[in-house]
Amino acid sequence: MLRLERRPQNSRTMMYLSPVFALALTLAAGVVLFSIMRVDPAEALYAFFIEPLTTTYGITELGVKATPLILIGVALAIGFRASVWNIGAEGQLTLGAIAGGGVGLALYEVEGFWVLPLMLAAAIAGGMAWAAIPAFLRTRFNANEILVSLMLTYVATLLLSYLVHGPWRDPGGFNFPESRVFHDAATLPIIVDGSRLHLGFALALFVVVATWVMISRTLIGFQVRVIGSAPRAGQYAGFSQNAIIWLTLLFGGACAGLAGVVEVAGPIGQLLPSISPGYGFTAIIVAFVGRLHPLGVLLAGLLMALSYLGGENAQISLNLPLAVTGVFQGLLLFMLLACDVLIRYRIRLRTRSAT
Amino acid sequence: MSNRHSTDHQEQDRQTSVEEERAINGHATTTPLLALSGITKSFPGTLANDHVDFDVAPGEIHALLGENGAGKSTLVKIIYGILKADAGQIAWKGEPVVIDSPNTARRFGIAMVFQHFSLFDALTVVENIALGMDEPGDMAALEARIEQVSHSYGLPLHPRRHVHSLSVGERQRIEIVRCLLQEPSLLVMDEPTSVLTPQEVEKLFETLRRLSDEGMSILYISHKLDEIRALCHRATILRLGRRVADAVPSEETSRSLAAMMMGEELQGEARPPTATVGEVRLRVSHLSLPAADEFGVDLKDVSFEVRGGEILGIAGVAGNGQNELTDALSGERPSVSPGTIVIDETECGLKGPDARRALGLCCVPEQRLGHGAVPDMSLAENSYLTAHHRMGLTRHGIMRSDARDTFADRVIDSFRVKCNGHQSQASSLSGGNLQKFIVGREISQDPGVVVVSQPTWGVDAGSAAAIQSELIKLAEAGSAVLVISQDLDELMQISNRIAAICAGALSEVIGIEQATVEGMGLMMGGASLEDTHAEA
Repeated sequence: MLRLERRPQNSRTMMYLSPVFALALTLAAGVVLFSIMRVDPAEALYAFFIEPLTTTYGITELGVKATPLILIGVALAIGFRASVWNIGAEGQLTLGAIAGGGVGLALYEVEGFWVLPLMLAAAIAGGMAWAAIPAFLRTRFNANEILVSLMLTYVATLLLSYLVHGPWRDPGGFNFPESRVFHDAATLPIIVDGSRLHLGFALALFVVVATWVMISRTLIGFQVRVIGSAPRAGQYAGFSQNAIIWLTLLFGGACAGLAGVVEVAGPIGQLLPSISPGYGFTAIIVAFVGRLHPLGVLLAGLLMALSYLGGENAQISLNLPLAVTGVFQGLLLFMLLACDVLIRYRIRLRTRSAT
Repeated sequence: MSNRHSTDHQEQDRQTSVEEERAINGHATTTPLLALSGITKSFPGTLANDHVDFDVAPGEIHALLGENGAGKSTLVKIIYGILKADAGQIAWKGEPVVIDSPNTARRFGIAMVFQHFSLFDALTVVENIALGMDEPGDMAALEARIEQVSHSYGLPLHPRRHVHSLSVGERQRIEIVRCLLQEPSLLVMDEPTSVLTPQEVEKLFETLRRLSDEGMSILYISHKLDEIRALCHRATILRLGRRVADAVPSEETSRSLAAMMMGEELQGEARPPTATVGEVRLRVSHLSLPAADEFGVDLKDVSFEVRGGEILGIAGVAGNGQNELTDALSGERPSVSPGTIVIDETECGLKGPDARRALGLCCVPEQRLGHGAVPDMSLAENSYLTAHHRMGLTRHGIMRSDARDTFADRVIDSFRVKCNGHQSQASSLSGGNLQKFIVGREISQDPGVVVVSQPTWGVDAGSAAAIQSELIKLAEAGSAVLVISQDLDELMQISNRIAAICAGALSEVIGIEQATVEGMGLMMGGASLEDTHAEA
């Protein structure tokens, strides 16, 4: 019989191997899933995970999809390290899109190199403002940030919906709930010709590196890690837990807001009632699959982006439902959490040992 | 003074022990109640028990003596079925048995009182006891049984009291009564006196002697030599997982037992610092703080001073406001007005730990893992935790990892912390080594005032002696040292002046030459100095 035995020390090897195991198990579950759906598993998995990467365009699309995931995932990872559970990045992303997009619309047809930076700054401020609400309620009234940030997501979505149905609707848009299409100065430059890969991807890479330095080399990053791992020790050292809650939530809001504007000023090009297929939620999976480490988040963000691309591809070539994407993402998180048991425990064969 | 008192008792105890010893020798041919042979248990990286054998005779109080990390707890867990030995045999009343779970152990008649109680504060005594039983049955009947058992063994307990309103001594009684209700033939007690006042210890010993007279065997785990000499008939001494000696404690001196336990001659006993006492470096005046939570203790008008060059000891039974006082001094809980705490003539009652550390107050909290150190971090990072400011380990917000590692190495070297270098995780160190590291980290920052809570609790004798001598050295170099400890013997040894804390209020501070174990014991129970004189 198998049984779990507590390891004396957490296994570092398992910490890195666990995502690999989880991926393998997810693929295995995919085979079962596709067999039940009467689709050839080999063909389906090929369509899902390989075919999207066979063209240059596909690879640049991977970067496009991964950009918001990486941006948000990195910031959430920092928060999760400090045990601050910001689940509302989707709402902060929406607010970023509203604030940044709003600036773009207000400066419609205004030319100038400063239009885009202004939009980015507004988006960062918007995301931070949205994240400041759970931060304030948590530090002032000890309100659970999971619930507050999550519920604010729906408020943000409705706010966006109101704006594009009402005041910000494109006057020449035949009453469709859409804003004007941003003019060139309010659109992110493309960095690979003939693709949609935009400057936002470079921004995301920069954020990954900056965050990595921050968390591993600075006093602030150290405080984040201490507060997350042993809050009493943090208190004893004189680190303020409230300051860390504010910092991580604002950082999460800033990055999610940035991701929001990067989406609307990048691939989308205008404000729509729905601007994200749940990047803010998927980024939670990205953060955990990436082991809450900036570099890991980068890889996990690319993997998760592939699942979006693969889902679309499978939809087109095999007529599979889009829900399969969600199932794969959920499976991956589920398998990862299961495999993470092996970091703290090891499997032993139960034997009759000495008495 | 204290010595006279204990000698009297020991003399008495020696008499009784010798008689019992004879009785046991007479029984030498009878089967032991419990016999272990060749017990071996390894954990990754350590051999916790290496072919240990010993036996416990019926009605015997048997001591298991050893430093921390000697393998006592592992052995006891094997006996109680929590751990399984890799090799070796256990015989119960002469029959080889397999004890694969605490349930099995209880069925055989083995009961255990753990060092850390597992009680629910919000429940009553009877509810707590019922929770731990396989078949609690009728609550009213259980109450009656608790009353009866607790009174017949001199362990008065009210079954309807809520646990949070009980003292630590009373809580321990719950655990003992819980065991006695099972009518065990063997009672295992793991470090039972670490939380008791001297008077409570005396009472506990009376009960244990009575149980032993009635034929119950007791396996008594401790590293307190005086207690073992006063109580136990035989002792098995463990060192580094091996049985190194057997002894009749009443025939040994504390020194000879300690030598067997540590495998080396002890250095001279610690003495209080002898430097000339200087200026007041820490002044606490009228410090009152309401408890942070329901089960905490309010600090009530606490006032005292510590001068450079001296050690002030604060004795007290656990849970009487020691943690609250430590937090108030370290700055983790700021006070209500700036003047309540003054470090080197600077008022800092409202300031946080960082600011107080900058003023020269370094603090060692009671709990090592999770409070004094981050368990999952390396020693290097843990040294950065509190030393980053005073030792200048940060430049422009960036960690200076070289300087940090050098500082950690310095602490590890000068305090002889056994570890695999500064990259070792804090949680991988033994209690004694981690404590040496934490104390070392604070002392190496050249503090003007040091507040240390429970410096040697759960620390092996060798490390304890090293920590004590470092504190004494620090005081002699001109720092003010405040030691808050439950170990009265330790405080009587190293303090210049001493006080007791009870229910959040501090007694008068008296010179060590005026202090006696009885007097301190009464003050720990809340009596004033005059009362203690009246008693005497």
